[in-house]
Amino acid sequence: MARPRLAVVKFASCDGCQLSLLDCEDELLAVAGAVEIANFPEASRAMQPGPYDVTLVEGSITTEHDAARLRALRDETLILVSIGACATSGGIQALRNFADVGEMVRAVYARPDFINTLATSTPVAAHVKVDYELRGCPIDKGQLLELVSALLAGRRPGLPSHSVCVECKLAGQVCVMVAHGTPCLGPVTHAGCGSLCPGYHRGCYGCFGPAETTNTTSLAAQWQALGASQRDIHRAFRTFNAASEPFRKEADAHG
Amino acid sequence: MADIKRIRVEMLARVEGEGALEVDIAGGTVQSVRLSIFEPPRLFEAFLRGRAATEVPDIAARICGICPVAYQMSASHAIETAFGMQPTPEIRALRRLLYCGEYIESHALHMVMLHAPDFLGFEDGIAMAAVHGDLVKRALAAKKAGNRLMTVVGGREIHPINVRLGGFYRVPSRAELTALQPDLARARDDAVAILRWAVGFDFPDVERDWELVALRHPTEYPLNEGRIASTSGIDIAFDEFETVFEERHIAHSNALHAVVRERGGYLTGPLARYALNFDRLPAHIQALAREAGLGPVCRNPYRSILVRAIETVYVCEEAMRLIAAYTPPKEAAVKLTPRAGTGAWATEAPRGLLWHRYELDEDGTVRTARIVPPTAQNQPAMEADLLDVASRHVDYPDAALQLACEAAVRNHDPCISCATHFLKLTVNRE
Repeated sequence: MARPRLAVVKFASCDGCQLSLLDCEDELLAVAGAVEIANFPEASRAMQPGPYDVTLVEGSITTEHDAARLRALRDETLILVSIGACATSGGIQALRNFADVGEMVRAVYARPDFINTLATSTPVAAHVKVDYELRGCPIDKGQLLELVSALLAGRRPGLPSHSVCVECKLAGQVCVMVAHGTPCLGPVTHAGCGSLCPGYHRGCYGCFGPAETTNTTSLAAQWQALGASQRDIHRAFRTFNAASEPFRKEADAHG
Repeated sequence: MADIKRIRVEMLARVEGEGALEVDIAGGTVQSVRLSIFEPPRLFEAFLRGRAATEVPDIAARICGICPVAYQMSASHAIETAFGMQPTPEIRALRRLLYCGEYIESHALHMVMLHAPDFLGFEDGIAMAAVHGDLVKRALAAKKAGNRLMTVVGGREIHPINVRLGGFYRVPSRAELTALQPDLARARDDAVAILRWAVGFDFPDVERDWELVALRHPTEYPLNEGRIASTSGIDIAFDEFETVFEERHIAHSNALHAVVRERGGYLTGPLARYALNFDRLPAHIQALAREAGLGPVCRNPYRSILVRAIETVYVCEEAMRLIAAYTPPKEAAVKLTPRAGTGAWATEAPRGLLWHRYELDEDGTVRTARIVPPTAQNQPAMEADLLDVASRHVDYPDAALQLACEAAVRNHDPCISCATHFLKLTVNRE
């Protein structure tokens, strides 16, 4: 049987999510044996044309050119997976969506006229059909391997959509919000990281974006009770998944 | 008029991020080369305005998934300077330890998975593993040891969550760190094996006369601290950076080019760090470098793989030394007292000098941010290399010329995402 053809491509992003694949040091050569890595420019010069069985897409769409590239890629891909906060929500780049992008370009570049960029940073799903999503800034290696294994085995990947709070309880960690009064986004944040931040005595900062069902209003009230200012709450929801709907709305409510 | 021939390659591979190469050839002579970085602008310096200083290490890290610690370190030190605070010696040591992890991970990836295939005629490290499986496995094992160190100290290897202004959220126990020692010792041996393997590569015989710019510290091989020094006599504090260097915005690039105001392009990164700090390496590592045919200065960018191996040996040993001497800090972080002011700092990212400056309001809100990443600084030197390589190989068939040009860029381990993405090679022949 022919090995499935894999592509890994990026748009506006930091490269961290595709690096997660190279960071699977123990599994990389096995994965490379089970699939044909047809197009993965960060790792290989051998860039084969489509069609691809599976394409992992990192990054958000911030130029017309990238939007067209993405549409072409969808046409030659059987299963398209967006990986990471940029691809699933627009990422940190989406902070431009709430500002005057022209002014931002002028603040960074001496010659804004050389720069060509869209006013918004949008997720992959805003442009094309997406089959699976891996959340996170960055994604979790374990979830990536689960996804690849499931697709190879022809089953649905097991990617829980509950909150970090559930993971934290499963890990038997002390609740930083209840025990230490540390504001935490764990109750509304999508699982996947293994509740890292509470394990390091800090509150979750929401880098996996909103969980499937969220009550951000109630959480914001609890943050206020712990002494967080309106500005603190606004900024907490306006980071790496700022354009995801539940976080956008809650940030607006405190802006 | 001769035929016009154009070759277009969609993307330069095995670099972080995306960019384009363009080589114009007419009458058998290279007319110009351009390394275009048109990463969609990511506008971090604009995003950072109005954020709380405490958010900056997390946000700045997202500039680069390959060297997030560098961003976190330069940002933290710069803001602490503005606040007039200093980390304790224990926190200083723990930061250096975290940075060692990033060096091991980043250098191991570049040496074997990104750089070595150019010398051995493979498309990638995975194909190379069919012939050089032992070395690829050793590199991956070393990389894993670096990532493991970053995970224990930083919480995770990509975008660590445990770094904060003033120090950390939680400091590791002695037992957690001591458990890393065997893997670090093996990673050190792996780096020596990679060095001895790479010594046998066929290196093009070139010497570059760039001005080399790196940090220089009174006693240490520099990672987090020092003064900015160069082979042409620059010796400045971090806040003097803008008086000596300037960034220029070039039409073909979404990255800004940095130049020495007086003289033009320069090079930062492993070759510069090594040349300016050879005397800061322990004698046995200097001996290892000599055994690999390296003098105290190496000006051949192809041989940077050897210098990265030497640095990897060094940071593995340094990490082991720091762990052996580790005393958990009493407080995980120094208490923060915001005040209005400006702070500048540079640290040595694996691929070169990373300078940050922040202007802060009295409550710690960021008023302005400026970030000069290593790849923007190296862009003029990379283009000079390209011009030389393309000129020397102008009669190569297009595919071979393309490979030579790509290799010239990969020598410098550019992080185009940092600078900003999208690498194509266009050869225009007239």
